[in-house]
Amino acid sequence: MAGETFVERLRKIYAIYTGVFLAFVIVLGIAEKMGLPAKYIGYAFMFGTIAVYAAIGIISRTGQLAEYYVAGRRVPAVFNGMATAADWMSAASFIGMAGALYLQGYDGLAFIMGWTGGYVLLAVLIAPYLRKFGKYTIPDFLEARYGGKFPRAMGIIATMLVSFTYLVAQVTGVGIITSRFLGLPYEIGVFLGLVGILVCSFLGGMRAVTWTQVAQYIVLIIAYMIPAIAISYKHTGIPIPQIMYGQALSTIQQKQELLKNDPKEIEVREIWKKRSQELEAKIKGLPTSWEEGKKELEAKLAALPPGDPERAKIEKALKDYPKSAKEAKEKWTAAKRQADAMAKPPKPYTQPPQKPIDMINFLALTFCLMVGTAGLPHVLMRFYTTPTVREARTSAGWALFFIFLLYFTAPAYAAFARSEVLQNLVGTAFATMPEWVKKWAGVGLVRIEDLNKDGIIQFAEIILHADAIVLATPEIAGLPYVIAGLVAAGGLAAALSTADGLLITMSNAIAHDLYYKMINPNLSPSTRVKIGKALLLIVAAAGAYVASFKLAIIVELVAWAFSLAAASLFPALVLGVWDKRMNRAGAMAGMAVGLGITLFYLIGSRFYGLDWFGIKTISSGIFGIPANIITALIVSRLTPPPSKELQDFVDSVRYPKGAVGAGAEE
Amino acid sequence: MLTKEQLESYWGETRFLMVIVLFFWFLVSYFAAIISDFLNKIVIFGFPLGYYMGAQGSLIGFVLLILIYAKKMDEIDEKYGVKEE
Repeated sequence: MAGETFVERLRKIYAIYTGVFLAFVIVLGIAEKMGLPAKYIGYAFMFGTIAVYAAIGIISRTGQLAEYYVAGRRVPAVFNGMATAADWMSAASFIGMAGALYLQGYDGLAFIMGWTGGYVLLAVLIAPYLRKFGKYTIPDFLEARYGGKFPRAMGIIATMLVSFTYLVAQVTGVGIITSRFLGLPYEIGVFLGLVGILVCSFLGGMRAVTWTQVAQYIVLIIAYMIPAIAISYKHTGIPIPQIMYGQALSTIQQKQELLKNDPKEIEVREIWKKRSQELEAKIKGLPTSWEEGKKELEAKLAALPPGDPERAKIEKALKDYPKSAKEAKEKWTAAKRQADAMAKPPKPYTQPPQKPIDMINFLALTFCLMVGTAGLPHVLMRFYTTPTVREARTSAGWALFFIFLLYFTAPAYAAFARSEVLQNLVGTAFATMPEWVKKWAGVGLVRIEDLNKDGIIQFAEIILHADAIVLATPEIAGLPYVIAGLVAAGGLAAALSTADGLLITMSNAIAHDLYYKMINPNLSPSTRVKIGKALLLIVAAAGAYVASFKLAIIVELVAWAFSLAAASLFPALVLGVWDKRMNRAGAMAGMAVGLGITLFYLIGSRFYGLDWFGIKTISSGIFGIPANIITALIVSRLTPPPSKELQDFVDSVRYPKGAVGAGAEE
Repeated sequence: MLTKEQLESYWGETRFLMVIVLFFWFLVSYFAAIISDFLNKIVIFGFPLGYYMGAQGSLIGFVLLILIYAKKMDEIDEKYGVKEE
């Protein structure tokens, strides 16, 4: 069979690729031993991997419509699984998630469960039926199922709304990784990343993106596993982190128990409490407190003679000082929250939320992330690329398996890092601080300060940034710099692959759904591909432009994307398959209400102190999802049922080939 | 082509499978989280069970659920003679 040889060839190509990549890492490791400076190792990883992705992009270049949109619909389940996994796992999964677990303990598990459990919903409720439908985009499905241009337009709006913030976050991630590891300015990092993203998607659309994502998955999973294995070996003598971190959990529990009543720790916590009170007074005294603080710094600077070493410090403080009273309020409130958290003894690491409202928020967040995952257009799109419905089902399983490999390891990273900090950092002298702490303190990922001036590090004196966990683990485990470079390459692969998927989803939404389907249907296939490519450039440039502002809110906005996708697209898709009686009026009213309520609560609770039942901003979808479904059900029952053709359409996606009349596949 | 009755029973079986899968999906994630305080009293190899379910146990459950679902759907397709190549 021809299909088998295709799979075999793919296996061979990627096996060789993996071997070459490992050899590349080993050669760099030897070069490091022989004295190659760290900077060049960083460059080799960045440019080496981007060159490979570019090469794959060039090899898979295409101008054909089906290749450009759905990779010719011949991506085997396993490879589509890998591509989906890379598409799905962003810089936040790769670098941020272990950090969230380190900082939040049990509470952080909402991300682990939420970002994996969604695949069950996807596999059972949506993916096979989308594949049976067999067109190109999500708006395609909405129009075919509900009839008319309005559902398509709603689909376009939801797709753009959800995908754009996500794209900006990925581009920001690329900028941060490249600037941190290569010492390049952030803007140049963004530009470099952009080239890396565009060279794949621009030349070969979905086809190039798919094969590049498979390559990126291989890089990112190797990069994630090696440091985890090394640190497990260092701590326990057995190199299986996923099983051995149970020991680390026990260590964490014992050590934290001792810290609770340690007099030195209590002393530091008191200092944090005082800081919190000072900050509260300053926040209450706004805007005068902001003006006074500024004047005070300026007076101090003026009083110092030129050339005084103290000057640089105060100049920096002035530069970092809030630019306006409004900014001061944001900054000081965040600082106060931090001080409040540090003033409390660490809560037991594996303990679930104790107050009912905290448990409800935990469950609500998990739910929003799960449903959102199953409603993200760039993930859904991938299920159009498999050869058959059957492979779409298996492919969801493979995708989750490949994602699982990383998520299964993240808790081990977090636990080993925390036990390392508690065991080998707390209680040692500031003078003998380990190298990794100094290094990452230099770039602001670790904040460590001798608050009670006793020369000894207390637990409450250490603030680790979430990103520090994965990035610093190679050094904690005593691995050579080459592994740190590998981790950076992995983070880059995660960000680039997600950005690629998003970019193609958005350009398709405009080129195919908006322009071709709604404005000018008389386009030849090759013109459609050309317009798609032109739009890729525009969307990418817009993403990079917004990313260049480096807005602090971007990280938060990504979390919003899940609630928005969950409350808009997911119900319309699921009801479209599972509820034959659902009609256009119902689905559209549901989408509008779901999206409206979610946006209202997101903005209201984030900026205007809105509070419904104590639900946090990040879980806003918990109101929008049921609102969407209930509205859709009620409105659809009050309006006439869908036409015979639309009901036949539902049958055509529900039943496999040959069970009813022909499907809609082009 | 299948008859109307066959189509209905095909969809009925598919829907039943969906409900079963989502039931276990709920069990390993949300239900395990709700009773995690209780599960945490059981400690295996240093892992409190409640924490373990959130960190790894539920994930294993999700992967198995999708694989079982795909296999069962194949069986249903085969039973009705509409299995794809």
